[in-house]
Amino acid sequence: MGKVAIKANALVKWFGEGETKTTAVKSASFEANFGELLYIVGPSGSGKTTLLSMISGILKPNEGSVLVEGKDIWQMKSDDIADLRLHKIGFVFQDYHLFPRLTTVENVAIPLILKKMDWNEALKVGLEYLEIVGLKDRAQLQPVKLSGGEQQRVAIARAIAGHPDILIFDEPTASLDGDTGRKIVEFVKTKILNAERCVIIVTHDSRIYEYADSIMKMEDGNIIGFERNTLAAL
Amino acid sequence: MSGIYKIALKLLVNDKTKFLALLLGITFSVFLMIMMMSMFSGILARSSSSVYNVGAKIWVMDPAVNNATSSIPMPDYVLSTAKSINGVKYAVPIYFGNALVKLKSGAYQAVSVVGLDDATLYGRPELTEGKIEDIYAENAFFVVKDAEFKKLESPTVGTEFEINDHRGLIVGVAKVTSSGLFGIPTLYTTYNRAITYIPSMRFTTSYILIEPKHESDIPFIQQQIKKLGYQALTRDQFVQKISDFYTYQTGMGMNVLMMTAISFIVGLSISGQTFYTFILENLERFGALKAIGAKGHELIAIILFQASFTSVLGYGLGVGLASGLMILARLRLPSYASQVTYINLSFAFFMVLIIAGVSSYIGVRKVIQIQPFDIFRG
Repeated sequence: MGKVAIKANALVKWFGEGETKTTAVKSASFEANFGELLYIVGPSGSGKTTLLSMISGILKPNEGSVLVEGKDIWQMKSDDIADLRLHKIGFVFQDYHLFPRLTTVENVAIPLILKKMDWNEALKVGLEYLEIVGLKDRAQLQPVKLSGGEQQRVAIARAIAGHPDILIFDEPTASLDGDTGRKIVEFVKTKILNAERCVIIVTHDSRIYEYADSIMKMEDGNIIGFERNTLAAL
Repeated sequence: MSGIYKIALKLLVNDKTKFLALLLGITFSVFLMIMMMSMFSGILARSSSSVYNVGAKIWVMDPAVNNATSSIPMPDYVLSTAKSINGVKYAVPIYFGNALVKLKSGAYQAVSVVGLDDATLYGRPELTEGKIEDIYAENAFFVVKDAEFKKLESPTVGTEFEINDHRGLIVGVAKVTSSGLFGIPTLYTTYNRAITYIPSMRFTTSYILIEPKHESDIPFIQQQIKKLGYQALTRDQFVQKISDFYTYQTGMGMNVLMMTAISFIVGLSISGQTFYTFILENLERFGALKAIGAKGHELIAIILFQASFTSVLGYGLGVGLASGLMILARLRLPSYASQVTYINLSFAFFMVLIIAGVSSYIGVRKVIQIQPFDIFRG
């Protein structure tokens, strides 16, 4: 197992106050390592997305800390956290969130442009990443002209274009049929994951569990199971 | 151009329907604002045309006079007193009146008649045909070749007409810097001929034109005239007085202000609404950008750039459209009163900036409020 990429310590997150207070995550601690494909699984409302948001610098926990490559991110200023997300973390959203008015390659180049890379250079690099996901010939099309699986791959290309150390997938197969979903995750496992990268996938799609290195199961805001290289615990 | 602004531009212009709606809204608004303000400016400029054309430094008049063409005749002693005031180089009377002339064809045409002081011809126009001394010839008149010239059947030197049963003869053609507001041709003659040919009241001096020895003498001259119960105004003060009259006492200013405000509201409504829809449609993507690592100020920059780009483009198109229409209108209607001034342009630009500011403020608020966590939650 590689070095620790993310270390979550006793994370707690609640929403609302008084009678409306709902605790989404109750004292969650875990580690995610480089070279590892970690699944966070559980039913809807179990706190997966809240936990994912806290460890990726999007949602501030009420209690606990998150160390990304050894740095406590919630001690950083908001702009520094944004910089950390830009340089260290890649996101693939459930609904992809590609810009429909930009071409596929322009969508992929967005993180590079945010990193102040020259426009033409960013498009060139974007094209290389489209080639990696097998969509180079779709570079000049708008995302709406692509299938769901292709849009997912564009989103992956956008997520990895900025060379992030940590990749976060939110329900990557939710909008895809079983076969396409499996292909996407297999692609991530074989082509995207490497010894210097940690991939975290939030899912409740049991059809793709076979690709996980570790599976962390959540229920009612608690981590109720954490197993490596096995499906038996589930 | 920085990459982030290219993204902003592409997001904007590639959404053709909304971009066109935004552009149309702002263009239409600017077009209406410029047209209204330019017409008003044109009217104000024309209303003071006599003051500019005569060019005197000081005008003496009855205090109740509120525009150049509605003079209230003054008794002769005012002229005598004005001549004797210290600091006055010279003071001369001028006559402004209206008359009907019978043209060669038998048609009648209303005209504005300016009677110049016989001795000095102070306030005389520049001639393009004829000689200035010809004005002393029998029945002599100069005709002004302006937008209304054709209404006198385009007279030339030697053309005859009738004015109150007197014979009139065109001895020269003049040009002036500005045409009048009321759409009637202008004739120049001598003061004495004017008051002889045109039925007058007991007093005949419409205005007294004063040339001060020095600029510093003007306040003293004004004080002395005031003691007589009359008013001495510099050219700029008289123009301002006329302008104030049309702006505040005729309802014209309020109407133009209301139309300008309505144009602004129309532009603001269309642009604000369209821009808001545009932001709403892209809100989740802006949230995704935030999640990816875009900072708040970068997203604000995107929105401000989009709003500014559309506004400046719409402003240019609006100004171009208004100017083009004015040029076309002038070709068809020579007396069309409108002028685009720097004040009009600046005002319209300022209003467009407000439209852009309000539109982008709504967008910025939305984008600032969206949290990347909302994107994860769907």
